[in-house]
Amino acid sequence: MAVEGNSVALPQFLKKIELIKQGAEARVYRGSFLGKPTIVKERFPKLYRHPLLDEKLTHRRTVQEVRSILRCRKAGISAPVVYFVDYTSHCIFLEDIVGSITVRDHIASTPLSSAQKLPEERLDQLAKKMGQILAKMHDEDVVHGDLTTSNMLLKAGTESGETELVLIDFGLSYISALPEDKGVDMYVLEKAFLSTHPNTEALFEKLLKAYAASSKKSHAVIKKLDEVRLRGRKRPTVG
Amino acid sequence: MHTRPIAMTFFQCDQVFILFKKNVSHYNSPSPSNCLAVMTVVIGFEGSANKIGVGIVRDGEVLSNPRRTYITPPGQGFLPSETARHHRSVILTVLKEALEEAGLKPADIDCVAYTKGPGMGAPLVTVALVARTVAQLWGKPLLGVNHCIGHIEMGRLITQANNPTVLYVSGGNTQVIAYSERRYRIFGETIDIAVGNCLDRFARVIKISNDPSPGYNIEQMAKKGTQYVELPYTVKGMDVSFSGILSYIEEAAGKMLKCNQCTAEDLCFSLQETLFSMLVEITERAMAHCSSQEVLIVGGVGCNLRLQEMMGVMCKERGAKLFATDESFCIDNGAMIAQAGWEMFRSGQTTELSDSWITQRYRTDEVEVTWRD
Repeated sequence: MAVEGNSVALPQFLKKIELIKQGAEARVYRGSFLGKPTIVKERFPKLYRHPLLDEKLTHRRTVQEVRSILRCRKAGISAPVVYFVDYTSHCIFLEDIVGSITVRDHIASTPLSSAQKLPEERLDQLAKKMGQILAKMHDEDVVHGDLTTSNMLLKAGTESGETELVLIDFGLSYISALPEDKGVDMYVLEKAFLSTHPNTEALFEKLLKAYAASSKKSHAVIKKLDEVRLRGRKRPTVG
Repeated sequence: MHTRPIAMTFFQCDQVFILFKKNVSHYNSPSPSNCLAVMTVVIGFEGSANKIGVGIVRDGEVLSNPRRTYITPPGQGFLPSETARHHRSVILTVLKEALEEAGLKPADIDCVAYTKGPGMGAPLVTVALVARTVAQLWGKPLLGVNHCIGHIEMGRLITQANNPTVLYVSGGNTQVIAYSERRYRIFGETIDIAVGNCLDRFARVIKISNDPSPGYNIEQMAKKGTQYVELPYTVKGMDVSFSGILSYIEEAAGKMLKCNQCTAEDLCFSLQETLFSMLVEITERAMAHCSSQEVLIVGGVGCNLRLQEMMGVMCKERGAKLFATDESFCIDNGAMIAQAGWEMFRSGQTTELSDSWITQRYRTDEVEVTWRD
């Protein structure tokens, strides 16, 4: 196996394909791999971190991301297919969900009737779908760790015309059965949701309702969510 | 009736009396719009933690900013009642200094601002009491200011940052804030203790001095650390958690220092590297989320040069700009309350005496930012 060749081939491959964004975590490229449309996620070294910490963190997140995606897929939850992983340069080659937009962009482009009135029917359906898919994920004991509307994709379905929800960005994910961890997961989503999309409290409530209805273990999780919500507010702040 | 000298004497005795008899004229609140044409001078009182400061600001110029810090012996933290006692014993001296340094008389002041919260109860009450008293004695309007917003507004003034992502880190708070639609919105924060609190409590465990502050001494020790000790790293989305790291390192300190596996300097170094990496990470995420190209660090922990260095490296990689202030403004001070008060006052806000209570819990996003679009 040309291990030497491998260490040169990958950076060269990345240079040739299109860099679509540099997020906080990784660089994301779009290209073709083995004839399939591919997204390459490269976790590059963060110079501000101590090298030992950086290596441990980057490696752990790469491994966790791949493991969680595979676990979700095995359970029938929509996540991109993992084509290839390079653990030296921390690159993950994933299926490119062609023709998709993030839930964030979708909500932003769908006008709410007004701040007071209920949002449109389409968004209600979306909230329900989100609740259901998250319930399924938590029932598999996968905690996403970074739930935001930018980390959920809407893929136009072909025959039925129904859109499919795909979860992405599992870098901060881990396996846990604890309601506390799942509660915090939903708390992260709630905060991201409400800070990115103002005046959508009612929509998020629908999401939680759908979550509670679909998950067998939801009661404990919702209880923990309420506790975590209070924590930030009850903690005395000084200085 | 000479109420002013009596007021001073009563406070210097370590007791609080109710001074206001019927002869004291009620203060008239001149409408703020009258003051807009001339220069606006605001005095600010801050004492929500162990620092007590009084500052005077006039149209963006800091005229004076004296401060005292209540320092406890190594291994001890500061308790509310003792802190309040300390503040009571020095506040009038600091107030005098503030006026003298600025070369002003009470008549020159347009508004009296004080910290409404968040913070520790007893110290907040002590300071609010003095603010209410002088406001009535001098016949000036009162303004209750949010402590966190004080930090942000002073940071904006000093650095002239346009619209930065703000990392507010201190002994009591850890928040990533961005301004949007008349609110300072909290994008990420600690879900348990503040980063400064984590550092301060670790300092107690290894019994280092609290003079001038535990965080400063940890920073100096960290410079001599060589070995990186792995600690838990807990970023949860845009939020962070520190209590797990604190428990871990408190236990590790006991074991590892005893067996000479590492030095206290190594632990300080490792703790800083871990905590600050987490802070830089959540700041970067917020920046990516808001597409921001500026970072402003405020709060006592913002004095730490290693944190500033790490944030600078991250900013450079993204082509963003870093803004930070020095310790006179990072650490709690009166002028920051005056500055926030100045903004609020000029946009038409005042606090009625009946509303001039204090509160230990006061979220940054509760305040309507009437002075920005």
